[in-house]
Amino acid sequence: MNEKLTIALTKGRILKETLPLLARAGIESLDDISSSRKLVFETNRRDVQLVILRGTDVPTYVSHGAADMGVVGKDVLMEQGAEGLYEPLDLGIARCALMTAGPVGWKSHGARIRVATKFVNIAREYFAAQGVHVDLIKLYGALELAPIMNLADLIVDIVDTGNTLRANGMEPLQTIANISSRLVVNKAAMRSRCSVITQVVDDLTAVVQEGHDAAT
Amino acid sequence: MTRVDHWQLPDGMEEILPEQAEAVENLRRALLDVYHSWGYRLVIPPLMEFTESLLVGLGEDLDLLTFKFTDQFSGRALGIRADITTQVARIDAHSLAEAGVTRLCYAGSTLHTRPKSLMASRSPIQLGAELYGDDSLAADVEIVCLMLATLETAGLFEVTLDLGHVGIYEAVLATAGLSPEHEAIVFDALQRKSVPDLTLALVGVVPEVAALIIALVDLHGDETVLDAARSLFADAVPDALIGIDALQEIAANLRRQTPALDIYFDLSELRGYHYHTGLVFAAYVPGCGQALANGGRYNDVGAVFGRARPATGFATDLKSLMAMSPTTVAQQRAISMPSADDPALTLRVRELRAQGEVVINCLSGSADPQCDRYLVKCNGHWQVKPLSVKDNE
Repeated sequence: MNEKLTIALTKGRILKETLPLLARAGIESLDDISSSRKLVFETNRRDVQLVILRGTDVPTYVSHGAADMGVVGKDVLMEQGAEGLYEPLDLGIARCALMTAGPVGWKSHGARIRVATKFVNIAREYFAAQGVHVDLIKLYGALELAPIMNLADLIVDIVDTGNTLRANGMEPLQTIANISSRLVVNKAAMRSRCSVITQVVDDLTAVVQEGHDAAT
Repeated sequence: MTRVDHWQLPDGMEEILPEQAEAVENLRRALLDVYHSWGYRLVIPPLMEFTESLLVGLGEDLDLLTFKFTDQFSGRALGIRADITTQVARIDAHSLAEAGVTRLCYAGSTLHTRPKSLMASRSPIQLGAELYGDDSLAADVEIVCLMLATLETAGLFEVTLDLGHVGIYEAVLATAGLSPEHEAIVFDALQRKSVPDLTLALVGVVPEVAALIIALVDLHGDETVLDAARSLFADAVPDALIGIDALQEIAANLRRQTPALDIYFDLSELRGYHYHTGLVFAAYVPGCGQALANGGRYNDVGAVFGRARPATGFATDLKSLMAMSPTTVAQQRAISMPSADDPALTLRVRELRAQGEVVINCLSGSADPQCDRYLVKCNGHWQVKPLSVKDNE
């Protein structure tokens, strides 16, 4: 068994905003993660290592216990379900909104609408709660193209600034959920390594709280 | 045309091959012997029953896990058991209907429509013990000890015992007076220890009460958790103290028996909360992300079968247990016998087999690879001689 506490992170925006938080909680990578091609990084703490994954794989690694903790967007947790995980902390970073969007001025006709999205589970649940029949189309990217090419009527996607939507003649409609990154912890690890994990969670909680206090 | 792979098994259905099968079966026997020595009597409930009897009281999760079809005899819905606990509760409440304490154990295959957790089998071999007719903490302790004995029998000594109590959560939640739908959202957030989601779910609840519910999230860890809970709830939720006292007493009792036992308290981890009524517990071992065995008190589940009884019990999956177990089966070397038509040989082989030896008929001329000895007639007597490599060829 790996004796080190393993924290799973995601490249990109989440990583850029997580590293300063970890640093203030006393955990810093020995290498520059963003310029390295390595996937496993030692830290200044001999008992902690970082691994870099795709965001959608973080819940898988953590719920299997291959990583003890991780940082992942709430959107991924909502889509995949969070079974076997604790989500003790909202890091308040990589904020965005999960929204429905459609061509400007779009009106629903007919009994069913076609929805293109990466988040089929969230979309299914959301439209069911609205009492709307939908045909879901799973896509992996460039969702804005789907209504233009008449593949779908609406899309469900992460919206940050909304610039991509507007550039393609679309507008955001309803907000399904506000998204930010969460700290997740494996349930068994929380038991077997309670003190070290609690310490990291408490340190990060304090760091996030400081950030809030500074902002207000 | 779709290619058909005739050898293929469905997802989550596995077969157990010779050596492993022997280990699993040895463990099953050893465990049933342990339960027997504690006074637990074996029952063998049927593989399928009417869904009405299978699905009572154990919640929606079990409903989704159960394969169902229609009985051609009665037209009623049948289910293949996904959990044996209710079957045993039925046996206690209706079939046996004994006064006083009833101790029962069981081991049998179950089927799940979906794996219960990541990488879980859809055909676990459920093994467990149930104690009916006694509502005391001593009964809870007995069942926990029997679960620990189960893990020890499997060679697992490094165990973390998880203890919780449904009564604490219920008492704290009762102060909020939420609707069932609202409570379900709160419960879900609590199971994920998600303070942000829990805070969101509790918008509109009196702040002092919401603070108490949120406090549950952090009430996990060593024994100090109980003291923290006691000072937190003493004035605001006196009803919660019953559960806290129970946990303290059970833990103290277990510690007297096993001083080195690693106990982890979690006052918000409520697996099977919908039917548990008191103590809930689980056993974790290093290297396994899921609880290897778990159980709890589930009083009055037998009410629908005609008798509401105090009940406590635990269950484990034999295959998961075996997967974590360090014990292996030492391969027994066998004796090869010639296929000779000789009553003296038959007699000698019977003797050897009665002594526990494995004797294998040598059919095609070469001894079975399991053999390291062979029977040979010397001076009119059948004698066991070592089989050299050369002889085996």
